Amino acid sequence: MSRLQSCFEQLKAEQRKALIPYVMTGDPHPDVTVPLMHAMVKAGANIIELGAPFSDPMADGPVIQAAAERALEFDISLDDVFNNVADFRKLDDVTPIIMMGYLNLIEVAGYDNFAARAAAAGVDGVITVDMPPEEADDYISALKSHGLAPVFLIAPTTTSERIGKIGNVADGFVYYVSLKGVTGAANLDVDSVAEKLAEIRQQIDLPLGVGFGISNAETAAQVSACSDAVVVGSAIVKRMAAHQTHDATQTEDIIRDVTELLNGMRQAMDADIENKITKTA
Amino acid sequence: MPTDKTQQAIDYAAMPDDRGHFGIYGGRFVSETLMQALDELRDAYEKFSKDKEFQAQFDADLAYYVGRPSPLYHAERLSNEVGGAQIFLKREDLNHTGAHKINNTIGQALLARAMGKNRVIAETGAGQHGVASATVAARFGMECVVYMGAEDIVRQAPNVYRMKLLGAEVVPVTSGSKTLKDALNEAMRDWVTNVDNTFYIIGTVAGPHPYPQMVRDFQSVIGREARTQILEMTGKLPDALVACVGGGSNAIGLFHPFLEDESVEIYGVEAAGDGIETGHHAAPLCAGEPGVLHGNRTYLMEDRAGQIIETHSVSAGLDYPGVGPEHAWLKDIGRVNYTAITDKEALAAFHQLTRVEGIIPALESSHAMAYGVKLAATMSPEQSLIINLSGRGDKDINTIAKIEGIEL
Ligand SMILES: Cc1ncc(COP(=O)(O)O)c(C=O)c1O
Repeated sequence: MSRLQSCFEQLKAEQRKALIPYVMTGDPHPDVTVPLMHAMVKAGANIIELGAPFSDPMADGPVIQAAAERALEFDISLDDVFNNVADFRKLDDVTPIIMMGYLNLIEVAGYDNFAARAAAAGVDGVITVDMPPEEADDYISALKSHGLAPVFLIAPTTTSERIGKIGNVADGFVYYVSLKGVTGAANLDVDSVAEKLAEIRQQIDLPLGVGFGISNAETAAQVSACSDAVVVGSAIVKRMAAHQTHDATQTEDIIRDVTELLNGMRQAMDADIENKITKTA
Repeated sequence: MPTDKTQQAIDYAAMPDDRGHFGIYGGRFVSETLMQALDELRDAYEKFSKDKEFQAQFDADLAYYVGRPSPLYHAERLSNEVGGAQIFLKREDLNHTGAHKINNTIGQALLARAMGKNRVIAETGAGQHGVASATVAARFGMECVVYMGAEDIVRQAPNVYRMKLLGAEVVPVTSGSKTLKDALNEAMRDWVTNVDNTFYIIGTVAGPHPYPQMVRDFQSVIGREARTQILEMTGKLPDALVACVGGGSNAIGLFHPFLEDESVEIYGVEAAGDGIETGHHAAPLCAGEPGVLHGNRTYLMEDRAGQIIETHSVSAGLDYPGVGPEHAWLKDIGRVNYTAITDKEALAAFHQLTRVEGIIPALESSHAMAYGVKLAATMSPEQSLIINLSGRGDKDINTIAKIEGIEL
């Protein structure tokens, strides 16, 4: 069984939902990423989404754009992403890692070469924001042949016909983009998210994650009540951006802040489940 | 029975395929949120491009609002000075708003209106597409937001003011290299956020399907007219065509109706900036590699890791790291020759045309002029050459004065 499958099965058995933090590799400094990944697991993260910086992040809002610019100041490349994952795997062989980025880096590397290196480093799945399933035949077979899950996005505008198509090719989990907009937007509507998730569930059996616009414990808990996983990106990256000292305390300060945010989300998400368990008992 | 030859002949009119591919190029590489909007746009475009009333409206607007057909002008004095082929200029600079860009914005604004969208957005580099978008928005009573790199806002100040006079909001883009590519990113972000009521008017033959096809179709009026005009004036097809290539819309507009005429040599001219060898240029077809950016697969200026690199050209309208996917394909199959002209050569051509013919060309078009004049010199006086004069240079006089150390 893959790390992703075991992760979701175990959570299901415990009636808990996955908390998935997103961080950009190398932001704000290359030394921060691996210790931060371990700390996030300690703080209650179940899966980690690791960004690969791209010069033209068309689907990202200002917060993650700035993170990419900071990472690119250190010339962070796919090699660095893979090296960080391999480093992380020395101490943690359980927590699934999803790489998130834009297609051009993978085009230039070559699909098969990319997938082989990602799998060897210990990556479990890949989200490529600008790769819709219509263009993805070769990409999907390269990922799958190396045991990587192609994770696809579904948006509020995705028609029922396309939900079916995406369901046919996706693996690992499906990522529902909670709103029309870029990452970091702040107008998530929980009721409409729940409605769309119900529609998606009619055609897709994979776990459903929800991301974009989840910034505090309260929304994390609300969204986790109707989904299988909650993705938190800009809220974390924004906190990290406050610590650009590049000195010895930087990593500690970031870990403290991010841990505080994730702890709060974890507790709120689990409390919500416990309430339900006591209610039904 | 088709002969071997016709079997091998490429049906240029049948490109792209139904998913927007020109060979391996083109396609649709955007975030999921936009897929539905692109399907709607494709369906609407397919429907209206066959609709007689819509086409009649488009043709009437091109005639009475834009001022088409634009003349094909025999530049006799220039031809004599060069001493080679007869040089003909396709005068897109005489269009309303001063460039070819308006052919496309009229088409897309009519489509936006037919689709019931009353907010339009656009990206702009030189400001010509922004002005052309703001112009049609004013005429149709639509809200218009134009994204423009902060650096280009400085380079093209007169056009910024024109857009504002026309009622558009001009949003400076300060991310990345602060030029056209970043303006495109920002327009895409706006579109993703406001997809329900917003029509994105892309200014060139790039972007996700159906844009490269749709913009080509709207711009092909240039080549159709030029073909008729040159046949009337010289009784034969031209020996060569020359156009500058930023994203490639004026070039494909001129080239497309001639692609099947094998005797016509076709040249696309990119911006060589300080020189291809310096790395400071904007010539993805001449010196780039295939990749994926802004919704399509095409030639790009990128580093070995796949990051898009900064471009340089004196001309804001050519300062773009990608190029339309149809050009990428035409390069690979060898139908069109792509070459590049430096800032210096373009500036010299700017002065030459201004002084010899009394026509002030846009800096973008000056690249086509520079190459066209070089090419004409290698040809004989019985031969003819059409250069696409894609726009007029009024917008560039501040830039040129500054380069030459003159205070206006
Ligand atoms: C006059 C003129 N010519 C050419 C271009 C380049 O665009 P394209 O290559 O799409 O024709 C521009 C772009 O702003 C322009 O203003």
